[in-house]
Amino acid sequence: MTDLSMAKSGTSIRGFISRRRGRKGLHWTDWLTYAYLVFGLLVMFVPVLWVVVSSFKTPANLAEFPPTLVPFSSETIMVEGYDEPLPLFDVVTEDGDTVQLAQLRRVGIQAQMVDPANPDERIVVPIENATPVRKFYLAFENYSNLLSDTGGNIWRYVYNSLFITVVATLITLVMNAMAAFALSKYRFRGSNVALVSILATLMIPATVVLVPTYMIVAQLGLVANLWGVILPTVATPTGVFLLRQYMLTIPDELIEAARMDHASEWRIFWRIILPLSSPALAVVAIFSILSRWNDFLLPLVVLTERQSYTLQLALASFQTEYGIRYELLLAMTTLTALPLACAFIFLQRYITSGIASTGIK
Amino acid sequence: MSAKSQVAHAAGQVAMFPARAVEPLMSGLQRVLGIKRMPWVFLIPNLTAVVLFALLPVFINVFYSVSGSDRLFPWDRPFIGGANYQTLFDCTNYLDPATCSRDLFWRALGNTMVFVPVQVTVMITIALLTAVCLNREIRGRGFFRGIFFFPVMLSPVVVALTWQWILQRNGALNGLLSATGLPTLNWLVFPNTAFFWSVFVTVWAHMGFYTIILLAGLQSIPRDVYEAARMDSATPWRSFTRITLPLLKPVLLVVFILAVIRSVQTFDELYVLTGGGPGSATMLMVQYIYEVGFAAQPRNFGLAAAASLLLGLALLVFTAIQMRISRGGNND
Repeated sequence: MTDLSMAKSGTSIRGFISRRRGRKGLHWTDWLTYAYLVFGLLVMFVPVLWVVVSSFKTPANLAEFPPTLVPFSSETIMVEGYDEPLPLFDVVTEDGDTVQLAQLRRVGIQAQMVDPANPDERIVVPIENATPVRKFYLAFENYSNLLSDTGGNIWRYVYNSLFITVVATLITLVMNAMAAFALSKYRFRGSNVALVSILATLMIPATVVLVPTYMIVAQLGLVANLWGVILPTVATPTGVFLLRQYMLTIPDELIEAARMDHASEWRIFWRIILPLSSPALAVVAIFSILSRWNDFLLPLVVLTERQSYTLQLALASFQTEYGIRYELLLAMTTLTALPLACAFIFLQRYITSGIASTGIK
Repeated sequence: MSAKSQVAHAAGQVAMFPARAVEPLMSGLQRVLGIKRMPWVFLIPNLTAVVLFALLPVFINVFYSVSGSDRLFPWDRPFIGGANYQTLFDCTNYLDPATCSRDLFWRALGNTMVFVPVQVTVMITIALLTAVCLNREIRGRGFFRGIFFFPVMLSPVVVALTWQWILQRNGALNGLLSATGLPTLNWLVFPNTAFFWSVFVTVWAHMGFYTIILLAGLQSIPRDVYEAARMDSATPWRSFTRITLPLLKPVLLVVFILAVIRSVQTFDELYVLTGGGPGSATMLMVQYIYEVGFAAQPRNFGLAAAASLLLGLALLVFTAIQMRISRGGNND
């Protein structure tokens, strides 16, 4: 992977690009570049940030239009003689003073209020004179409600997603590495046929063979079973290809020497080739984790029962079920995106260099 | 022993566990079969999965497309010849989906044929622009690269829900518009705006992927070429069209093919964002296949298989033409 700081080629589009001239400060094209990148920052990042911020808003705060920039909650107060806490308002009185009153109810354009210090006297206030008293408030209860309102099912979805991701990735790594080992370190009849038939599957989009894949999964009795999503996805052609290319660079002398010491072929594979291939294995693992965690269409078709839903499926179905309960939907969206956001911060270098060198995802 | 090496040691122990279980089996196999057949032993798990879940399905799909009924298993399905294809193509006027017996298929086809060129063109243009910007000497390049790339990591469902939240009637976009005095709109309710945002959201989610590939391509162009061009006082625009674009052509071609193949298969984001609606304004081909084969009752696997085979065929022809063109281009 080329270190980015090494590459200083000054490719150009008129108006956007030309190399920085010397050290005399910023050329106008630099300003344009920065302007574009900052605009990109806003468009790419702010939407996600907005979802995270929104997930900390109370339902009442979410229902406001225009939306508030930061999470607020209305101040409430317990007033003597009333069971429920009452919302507090700043009210401008007729002589121009501002007093804090608690609202009892709204009637048309008027509101009945009481002074918390003097709860017996009701005051009628036109609503345009009253603004709610608000404070900055992070509604962490959205997240705890998410756990209680789904009856703990959310742990089921997290478990399903984790199980599929971890198991499918482990099987993918071992199986692809075994195939790659055979195809890189042995000369045998049919090796080309095997390689070509594995790589040919690159040309077969999963969406095109959806119906027969489902049929085979059903025939294996794996509908609504997590293994029904794991098995069809483990033989990734790109994984085999990547690992094979990497293993070709491992010197054969290592294998010869091990054979001299009477190591079995499996031992050579497991104890010599596999550890030496760890950089390539890391790339394959990252892509496998990404695509399994985010997978949607195959789980949608195969995992037909709620018990077997992945996080993604549950999230998509919440959209209709909890259509009105935006605070839960937003909290769950944030939770679903969180693990990958963390992984991204640590693995960005590997991921981008992996994509750049292979063009796979 | 440091903590790190202890972790490594423990990881090694865990990794050795399955190996210890498998090793006797594998060395037994080696004794029985001989070393020459061992590569097949290594290949068979992978090959089985490839055959079972990739190669075999292609042939079964062909059979599905020429058989009828709503039964799942091929042996329960009667052979009906080209009837599924006939149903799909049963139109009085091919330019008007309403005259077809499967009007949804033609609407999905029409949408896909507008969506793919528009989405791919917009996406590659923006990705190229971004890659060129990121390839300059600027501060915080790694940071900006990360910003443009990170939506690629988000799941399609998260992407769709994020934008749905922003585009809804009381959402952030309308809030912004009303704050600046502009008219607001219920963006996903009207066919044209829903289609626009479908393109926008899919570009938003995937352009980072292509930006990274294009950026790697740009970085592999040697600097001295530009130095030489500058000596000859070539304008920046000229060095872009005469140096960057030609040298980037192989990478652009790969990006183009990948983008088209993915674009044709767009499903997840739009399924959650618009559900194909309003009406069928944003329903693309893969969603049609899903609706016909899995969501509708009774499930029409034959029709779904026929539609998916046509889709696969279209992709194959497209890729072949692209390869042909690129090979022709390399010869001159």
